[in-house]
Amino acid sequence: MNAILNLLINGLSTGLLIFLLASGLTLIFGLMSVLNFAHGGFFVWGAFVWVWLFSATGNFFISVVGAIGIGMLIGFIFEKTLIRPVYGNHIRQLLVTLGGMLVLVELIRMIWGSNPIRAGLPVWLDGSIQLGGVVLIKYRLFVILVGLIIYGLIMLLLKKTKIGMIIRAGVDNREMVQALGINIKAVFSMVFILGAGIAALGGTLLAPYSGIIFADMGLQYAILAFIVVIIGGLGSVRGAALASIIVGLAGAFTAFYYPDLSLAVNMLLLIFVLLLRPKGLFGEKG
Amino acid sequence: MLKVDNLETYIEQFHILQGVTFEVRKGMITVLFGRNGAGKTTTLRTIMGYYPIANGTVRYNDEVLNNLPTHLIARKGIGYVPEDQGIFPSLTVGETLVLAQREKNKETEEKLTWMLELFPDLKKFWQKRSGLLSGGQKQMLAIARAFINSDGLLLIDEPSKGLSPLMVEKLMEAILQMKEKTTILLVEQNYFMASEIGDYFYIMDDGKIVHGGLMDELKEDAELSMKYLGVS
Ligand SMILES: Nc1ncnc2c1ncn2[C@@H]1O[C@H](COP(=O)(O)OP(=O)(O)OP(=O)(O)O)[C@@H](O)[C@H]1O
Ligand SMILES: [Mg+2]
Repeated sequence: MNAILNLLINGLSTGLLIFLLASGLTLIFGLMSVLNFAHGGFFVWGAFVWVWLFSATGNFFISVVGAIGIGMLIGFIFEKTLIRPVYGNHIRQLLVTLGGMLVLVELIRMIWGSNPIRAGLPVWLDGSIQLGGVVLIKYRLFVILVGLIIYGLIMLLLKKTKIGMIIRAGVDNREMVQALGINIKAVFSMVFILGAGIAALGGTLLAPYSGIIFADMGLQYAILAFIVVIIGGLGSVRGAALASIIVGLAGAFTAFYYPDLSLAVNMLLLIFVLLLRPKGLFGEKG
Repeated sequence: MLKVDNLETYIEQFHILQGVTFEVRKGMITVLFGRNGAGKTTTLRTIMGYYPIANGTVRYNDEVLNNLPTHLIARKGIGYVPEDQGIFPSLTVGETLVLAQREKNKETEEKLTWMLELFPDLKKFWQKRSGLLSGGQKQMLAIARAFINSDGLLLIDEPSKGLSPLMVEKLMEAILQMKEKTTILLVEQNYFMASEIGDYFYIMDDGKIVHGGLMDELKEDAELSMKYLGVS
C-alpha cells in the first residue's frame, strides 16, 4: 500500500513536471507548426535562475517569479530572433532550435560552470507528512498541486477568454483566423513567451525535486515532453496533460517493478497509442 | 468597389492566374463562373493575401491591397468564406460567431442578431461544437461568420458544394437577402442558382477571365452559356 501510493505520487509529480514543458510545446506546434527543440532550454534556465535567486534571497516565491520572468524574457528574445525567420520550414526550425538549445546550455555553463549545483528547499516544503500510516514526501505533493493549478489556469485561459478562443481557433485553422482580421503571429508570440515561462516554472520545480541541477538536465525532460505531445495529439493541452500523467506513472511503476523496461516504456507507449490512434489521444490534425 | 487588374499568381512554379481582370460593383452580386481548375479559388485566395501577387493589382475602395498581410486585408472590411468552409471544429457555434465580432458594439451585435434570424439553425445549435454540425449548417456558420466580421464585401467560394438542392436553394435565398446589406463576390458552378441571384457575371478559364457582363445578357446568350457552363 505504502509503496503503491508513493509510486503513484512519484509518477504524478513527474508527469506534471513533464506537462509543464509539454503544454507550451503542444500549443506552439498546434498554432504555427513550429518545432521547438530548445524548449528544454527554458526549463534549464528556470532551474538555474531559481537556485541562484533562492540562494541569494532565501525567498522561495521571489525566486520562482524571477525564474519565470527570465524564462519569458529568453522566450521573447528567442522567438523574435530565431523562430520568426523560420516560420513554415521544419528543417530550418530543427536546425535553428537545436542550435539555440546548444547556445542556451553553453550560456549556463559560462555563467554557472559545468559542475552540478546543489538545489536547496525551503523549510516549509522539506520533509514528509504522515497520512494514515503512509509517509508522503511533501515536496512531491506540492509539485502535483502546482501542476494541477497551472493546468487549471491554462484551461481557464483557453476556454473562458477571448485570447483563448483565438488560440483554439488558430490550432484548428490558422488561415481562417487571419481572414477574421486577427494577427496570428502576434498571438503566437504571446503563446511562445507564455510557454517559455511555464517551462521555466517546470525547471524551478524540478530543481529541489532532484536536488542537483546541471546544464544538460533539460534533455531527458524535453524528450519526454515531445513524446507526450505526440501521444496527446498535437495542439491539445488536455491530451498533453493526460499523456504526461500516463508517461509519468508508467515510468514510476516500471522503474519499480520492471527496471529493465523503464527506458523503453515511453517508446512502447508512444507506439501503442499511435497504432490505435494515429493522431494521438485528442488529436484532430495530422 | 473591388477592382482586380491583370492579376497574376504563381503557386510554386505553376503560373495559375495569368492576368485576371474584373470588377465587383457596390451593392451587387457578382458571380464568378468557371470549370474545375479554372482558377476561381486561387483568385479569391490571392485577393485575401494568401498568395503573393506576382503581377497586377487588387484595389478595394481605391486602395491598393497588394502585399498586405491577410489580417489587414480582412480588417479593410472583406469577409471570406473559403471553399472548405474553414470551420473551427473545437469552437462552439456561439464562440465562433462571437470571435467573428472583432469588436463588440451596436453594429456587430445587430449583425449577429440578423444572422441568427436568417439562419435559425445557428441559434438552435449555439452551444454545439462546430465540428459536429451538418454540411449545410457549417456553410451557414461560415457565411454568418464572414458577414459579422466584414464590413462591405463578402467573398464566397462555392457555397453549394456538396449540399442538397433544397439546402442550396435556402442558402441562395439567404445570400439574396444579404445583398441588401453587403456587396458579394460569389464563386459558383451551379449556374441555375447563381444566375437567379447574380447581377453581373464573369467566366474564368485557364487562369483568365474570358467573358463578363450583365447576368441577364448571359441568360440570353445560349451559345456562351453552353460553351463555358455546359447549359443550354
Ligand atoms: N496548392 C497548389 N499547388 C499546386 N497547384 C495548385 C494548388 N492549388 C491550386 N492549384 C492549381 O491551380 C489551378 C486552379 O485551381 P483553383 O483551385 O483556383 O481552381 P477552381 O477554379 O477553384 O476549381 P474548382 O472549381 O475545382 O474549385 C488548378 O489547376 C490547380 O491544380
Ligand atoms: Mg475552387
